[in-house]
Amino acid sequence: MSSQVNTGLATLSDQLILATVLLYLAAMIGYALELAFGRVRTVTAEKRQPVAVGAASADVLPSAETPREPEPEAWAVRAGGIAVVLTWIAWAGNLAGILTRGIAVDRWPWANMYEFVVAICFAAVTAFLVLMTRQPIRFLGAFVTVTAALGLGFAVLFLHVQAGPVMPALHSYWIAIHVTAAIVASGLFILAGVCAILYLIRRDDRASVLPSRKDLERITHRAIVISFPIWTFAVIAGAMWADRAWGRYWGWDPKEVWAFITWVAYAAYLHARATAGWRGKAAIIVSLIAFACLLFNLIGVNIFFSGLHSYADVPS
Amino acid sequence: MTVPPDTETTGTPEASVTIESAPKEPARPVGLGVIGWLRWGWRTLTSMRTALILLFLFALGSVPGSIFPQRGVDPDKVAQYFANSPTEAKWLDRFQLFDVFTAPWYAAVYLLLFVSLAGCVLPRALSHVKEIRRKPPAAPRNLLRLPYGEAFEGGLTVEEAAAKLRRKRFRVVTGPDWVAAEKGYLRETGNLLFHVALLALLFAVGAGGLYGYRGNVLVVEGDGFANTVAAYDRFMPGQRVSAESLTPFSFTLKDFQASYVGSGEKMGQPLDYSAKLSVQDTPSSAPRDVDLKVNDPLDVNGTLTYLIGHGYAPTFKVTDGKGQVAFDGPVPCLVDDQATYTSECTIKVPDAQPTQLGFVARFLPSTVPNGNAWVSVFPAAVNPTVQIIGSFKGDLGLDSGQPQSVYVLDSDKLKPLGKMSAQPAAPLALGETRDLPDGAGKIQFTGVKEWITLQTTRDPGRIPALGAAAAAVLGLVLSLMIRRRRVWVRMTDRKVTVGGLTRTEGDSGAFSEEFAELVSLLRDSQDSPDSQAPQAGDRPAAAPVEPSTGPDEE
Repeated sequence: MSSQVNTGLATLSDQLILATVLLYLAAMIGYALELAFGRVRTVTAEKRQPVAVGAASADVLPSAETPREPEPEAWAVRAGGIAVVLTWIAWAGNLAGILTRGIAVDRWPWANMYEFVVAICFAAVTAFLVLMTRQPIRFLGAFVTVTAALGLGFAVLFLHVQAGPVMPALHSYWIAIHVTAAIVASGLFILAGVCAILYLIRRDDRASVLPSRKDLERITHRAIVISFPIWTFAVIAGAMWADRAWGRYWGWDPKEVWAFITWVAYAAYLHARATAGWRGKAAIIVSLIAFACLLFNLIGVNIFFSGLHSYADVPS
Repeated sequence: MTVPPDTETTGTPEASVTIESAPKEPARPVGLGVIGWLRWGWRTLTSMRTALILLFLFALGSVPGSIFPQRGVDPDKVAQYFANSPTEAKWLDRFQLFDVFTAPWYAAVYLLLFVSLAGCVLPRALSHVKEIRRKPPAAPRNLLRLPYGEAFEGGLTVEEAAAKLRRKRFRVVTGPDWVAAEKGYLRETGNLLFHVALLALLFAVGAGGLYGYRGNVLVVEGDGFANTVAAYDRFMPGQRVSAESLTPFSFTLKDFQASYVGSGEKMGQPLDYSAKLSVQDTPSSAPRDVDLKVNDPLDVNGTLTYLIGHGYAPTFKVTDGKGQVAFDGPVPCLVDDQATYTSECTIKVPDAQPTQLGFVARFLPSTVPNGNAWVSVFPAAVNPTVQIIGSFKGDLGLDSGQPQSVYVLDSDKLKPLGKMSAQPAAPLALGETRDLPDGAGKIQFTGVKEWITLQTTRDPGRIPALGAAAAAVLGLVLSLMIRRRRVWVRMTDRKVTVGGLTRTEGDSGAFSEEFAELVSLLRDSQDSPDSQAPQAGDRPAAAPVEPSTGPDEE
């Protein structure tokens, strides 16, 4: 196992991540300008007639709502468009940062907390960008980019470790399967979490730049429906790796406990939504509890508990 | 527990189908007998609300398992907890908080949950079997009143429409002037598969616990191991495991190698571990060489041996006061500092005369002087030395019959040899000998060996558990990604109306696309191109209509 590190590439990776943070922030400003000065969704949005939305497909967010009074400022819409372009550039920078790090150390670039958080931010932005090609969810841009910028900033400031080789326990192709699945699922869960928080902020009795609660809830649900099987797979892949590495597929290591708790919490959300009386706000709160479990599992467990996952290399 | 229902109820009574939606909160029986109460209890247990509460309790109950050390995971840490705060530990132990995952209260939660699950899934599976055999319901009178409705002019025949929908893998029933089609039965199948797979997973885990075993053993380079209960340092069998059932393999540890990062910020970080074993699968088979590594266990007929840890076992030769060699061999030392592999060694010499001898020593793999002291700076044995911290004589207490740790000197009955000096003496270099005070003899540091800890596992439940987990994922994907949908076509006087509905949450967008595709497919068969003219009353045709509002709908 080589311990050679290409320091030039590793430094380039660090710089790319820094640039990515700035670009996400710039994109966030663009989205925020569009939100602040763009179109306002009116109270009547909820009471629209079926026929009125007929032209759009039923699942697509209502974009044809009648703006209340002033037409949106053209420049504000343009700011939103520029923000989308900036997000794509930042996304490319994020990807390049991950790739250069991986090449520099000649292994999968998500073997410690820093690399893991960088990859999760990338996954969250990817989920947002992919979903945006299919649904009008540009309003989420400000919140997703600020989350990604904060996540990356936190990683750069508090979690950064020099690029280098990893513990023998991580020398396994399972890192590509287990950690990648966890990253993808986490990215989608973050998207769902952002929507769920916006749901609580949004009040349907007032005009708002945000879409209606119903639409926010639908996006939350959709993201969780996609990511829940991926998370399930990530947990199972983790168990299979544990079976190779530690001699048991499940041993109630703190990370395993919290992955399990997170899984149960999201399962509870899916069941809650299917139960009368739990829809709407109650279900959203359940999803946020699950989201809190997820975040605690990703970050908190490595900081507060020592366990078999503690090679995640959090600088003390 | 109630599986999330598909909720296939529609606004139009003709098309209304119920696939057992979530049971409503059962009304408390008044004046009902025992049977009534039992029935009420069963319905309450299998209701979704109870299942949700049990799910939350399941998650909540797991939390202490991550906060407090667990006996099943790390018994040493539990012992440490008892030593540090005995009163608190006693109370925690009363609530089985050191054995959360085997505690009766935890088992009560998940057993209730799984009973609730079974109580819901089994009746639902039966009704699903009936559902699968049932034909799609006849077309409602007014198709345009359905969530998706469209009308166009054309001479489509019942046979043509049925054939087209069949080609799209719909299940089709025809009437005199209508076609009813349904698709997506796999959704409920997947849903049931997922929940049944969870039950199977529970059984597989339970069976693995009953019929499997785990054992830990420490082996020093040059030593061997034979898979018998007595050979283990710690053996944890399932209730149904007999000592004779252990796979009769054996091996010798020929060599262990660890490599570390030699420079830079990550200096000392391990890169690779490798244990060279000579393995005999059965007592009579020829030995084979195995390179045991992390992530790559030794597999002997389903019994797996894993490389778990490693450390140093310096070898010593102790000559007693009578000039006899009382000890000559390796002493496995406990790793004190993972970064430098500074290790604590306890040397017990019960055969020494006239009194037994005991030593506490520190092993430094890469020694450098640091002021008045010596420290290790690197985990590999570059410059190994042993620092004798304390020498004792007296009764080691080995004959008292009380079990004691090999890593601790029970020093009550031991007296220090000579004067204890505040400054530990200079460490012994490799091969160096030091005379003991009071003419008790001498000790020589003769060499360095390494030890490894191994875990041997046999778990007959792991393959069934994997199968159940895979089935659960498959079921989950089916139940979340497939939508159940119905399409009806009615033809009257060259006027064709198509109606469709789906009740799968959040998927109506995708269905509206599919519906539009189906409509254009049906329309394409028209020979008269002028049939494109929309006709749907005052409603623009080709426009999927907002789904009607029902209690359960998205």
